[in-house]
Amino acid sequence: MAQVGQFALALAFVVTAYSIIASLIGIRLRNDKLIASGRNAAVGTFLCITLAIGALGYVFVQSDFSVAYVAEHSNRDLPLYFKIASIWGGQEGSLLFWGWLLTVYSALVVIQNRKRHSSMMPYVTAVLMTTSLFFTTMHLFTVNPFQLSGVAMPDGTQNLFTPRDGAGLNPLLQDWLMVIHPPMLYLGFVGFAIPFAFAMAALITKQLGDTWIRTTRRWTMIAWFFLGTGIMLGGNWAYHELGWGGFWAWDPVENASLMPWLIGTAFLHSVMVQEKKGMLKVWNIILVIMAYIMSLVGTWLTRSGIVNSVHAFASSPIGNYFLAFILIGLSGALYLLFDRLPYLKSDNEMESMVSRESSFLFNNLILLASCFAVFWGTMFPVLSEFVRGEKITVGQPFFNRVNVPIAIFLLFLTGVGPLLAWRKASTNSLKRNFLGAAVAALAVGAGLLIWPGIRPWPIGGGEFYAWCSFVMATFVGITIVREFYKGARARAYGTGENFLEGVVNLTLRNTRRYGGYIAHFAFVLLFIGWSGQAFKVDLPGIEAGIGETFALRQYVMRVDDLTVEKTPNYDSQKAVVSVFENGKKVATMLPEHRVYKPSQQPTTEVAMRSTLKEDLYLVFQGGNLDGSKAIFQVYLNPLTAWVWIGGVVLGLGTLIALLPNKKSAPPKRSQKPARVEEAKEVESIS
Amino acid sequence: MKRKQIKFVVGSVIIVAALAFLAFTGFQDNKAYYQTVSEFRASQDAAYGRHLRVEGDVVAGSIVREARQTQFVISHTDEKTKQTHTLPVKYVGADPLPDTFRDYAQAVVEGEYHQDGIFVARSMTAKCASKYEKEKAAGVTQ
Repeated sequence: MAQVGQFALALAFVVTAYSIIASLIGIRLRNDKLIASGRNAAVGTFLCITLAIGALGYVFVQSDFSVAYVAEHSNRDLPLYFKIASIWGGQEGSLLFWGWLLTVYSALVVIQNRKRHSSMMPYVTAVLMTTSLFFTTMHLFTVNPFQLSGVAMPDGTQNLFTPRDGAGLNPLLQDWLMVIHPPMLYLGFVGFAIPFAFAMAALITKQLGDTWIRTTRRWTMIAWFFLGTGIMLGGNWAYHELGWGGFWAWDPVENASLMPWLIGTAFLHSVMVQEKKGMLKVWNIILVIMAYIMSLVGTWLTRSGIVNSVHAFASSPIGNYFLAFILIGLSGALYLLFDRLPYLKSDNEMESMVSRESSFLFNNLILLASCFAVFWGTMFPVLSEFVRGEKITVGQPFFNRVNVPIAIFLLFLTGVGPLLAWRKASTNSLKRNFLGAAVAALAVGAGLLIWPGIRPWPIGGGEFYAWCSFVMATFVGITIVREFYKGARARAYGTGENFLEGVVNLTLRNTRRYGGYIAHFAFVLLFIGWSGQAFKVDLPGIEAGIGETFALRQYVMRVDDLTVEKTPNYDSQKAVVSVFENGKKVATMLPEHRVYKPSQQPTTEVAMRSTLKEDLYLVFQGGNLDGSKAIFQVYLNPLTAWVWIGGVVLGLGTLIALLPNKKSAPPKRSQKPARVEEAKEVESIS
Repeated sequence: MKRKQIKFVVGSVIIVAALAFLAFTGFQDNKAYYQTVSEFRASQDAAYGRHLRVEGDVVAGSIVREARQTQFVISHTDEKTKQTHTLPVKYVGADPLPDTFRDYAQAVVEGEYHQDGIFVARSMTAKCASKYEKEKAAGVTQ
């Protein structure tokens, strides 16, 4: 089967190269048959790589350890679904997976647009297939997942042998979230190739209206959805698997996924300015280029071992190839952009600081600033070593200090931006839209000083930002709820629907606008969850034997039993801990300490009691020196559940925004004229 | 440039300047020199008082775990001179030690070097180079 995979890769190489050549020559000669052939070849590439990844899956399921990649990342006793997930458990396979997803997207796009954009599509195909060719080349020549197991002999030959069992999948990755986190993240990374390819095709063909933006808007949102989902899943995995009580540590690999997300977020907003006002055309192309380049940079950072990260990836030769590909892509794209500048004149200009345009402008400015700060902090060790010969690193406090104020300002714009009028908002409309929410938010802020007694000083401290964030979240939450209320009430008058129907129909008639509001509301929830982290408390390194107790705030924990369990894949020590809240037993928690057999690596399985108010987070670190007592670590993480709720709501909002608008049905009742006006206004603002 | 646009430039400059200020101060307060144990030993007295991140492999059998602090030794072999340097570490951080922290793991400790010759670490990361990668690395040096 490994030979089949190898053959499929070789075939993919040829077919991909043919697709590029046929598309480019086809458009030059205006030969529709050749163009169609290039397009079909792109679908053919998809079939070849699908065969290759299918073959890799097959050798994993068969535990065929004659394939080196399988021997390194799987073992016989691994459950089936982890065997399949092992496809993306290491370097070679995850690159193949990346390449495969690219061909999936490419095939979908060329089929979707086979009858549209006839002058642009050959270039779109060529750009996508060039990326695909780069990956296929790497699969074949540098990181081949079908390499056979063996030992390199001193004379340079390879002595083949098949190990009896594999080394096993990294235990930290043996978790259902890790089965779906990488595919989500990669779908996000790879998805930005589509708007990039269309932007390049638009530049090449000089068709720089908003056709390319309208065509790729949904694709961009899909990529953004997957990337965001991947990031959230990664955070959730870190939280319940790594056992340090947090979900985000500004590790280079996390940053690598955040950077394209930030750029993508900026792009999703600024395209609206181009669609409505014909402005920011150059800017949008720059954002699309950067989102794609950052996706490649992200893949490069995680896959080349260039920056030191807790994610154990070997340093590998692909780094230089990747860097070369990124630089060539970037300079090619920028050259094209520069050459086509005269075609990218703005139709309008900015007028007022207090307008929808300017809120988008500031949104973009600080999202970019945030991305730049993250990039700088992540890459500084590499840069400083290059320039001064000394590796200088920065840690979490640096990232937090820059990004927390940015995030709060962004949240503010989230509340204000969508309600500002285009061109210039009147003072009256500002008062009508925001005065009530602002007063309510400040009242909540004052209330928080009394209960639960937040102390927002010194300025710049954790509690200060948490307080600001709560106030801002209240403000934004109210403005969004009011929008739904206003719209639903207007519909209720117009159509006689009840309020809830009104909300649903309102959302389905203008999915982009109300889906956007839901996504914005998700950030209100996310900020509540993030702010809770400022009030974390913990109990480090407690030793306790059976029958002994320890306490944190209102919780008392009693060790009832320490047990041992053996499974084929791992041995486990389990603690049985009763939890009492204010003297009443509320839960039995079962934190585990596992040692996986193939790798002999210990892992902690955190026990958690999660409520909307706080998570009680219990880590069992194993026995103490003489084995008489167990060592525990306890965290109390306030409001953390809201982070995950916010993540789910964000995904829902994005999916709603992706739905096509439902057509308006004729109204059932006669309406009062004034209300109809309002209903119309609501529908037309977006 | 038209007058209308000047205020956008001014607004943007103020925002960027404020963020640059935050970034700069954050950077100054938080920067740390990243060295291998060999590089750390080579820097001699400059090491005292510096905020450092030091990388090395955990020496097998050196880990002494207690509830609130853990002592161990990390080592690094200089690729050119083939000399192996070691550094005793005392971990006093609030977070539990990572699962990947054990004998032979590649650790990065963050903290300060004290006059008594012990590195006091407040945080650390560890990654477990897989057996295969170890073999590969061994193959290269032989």
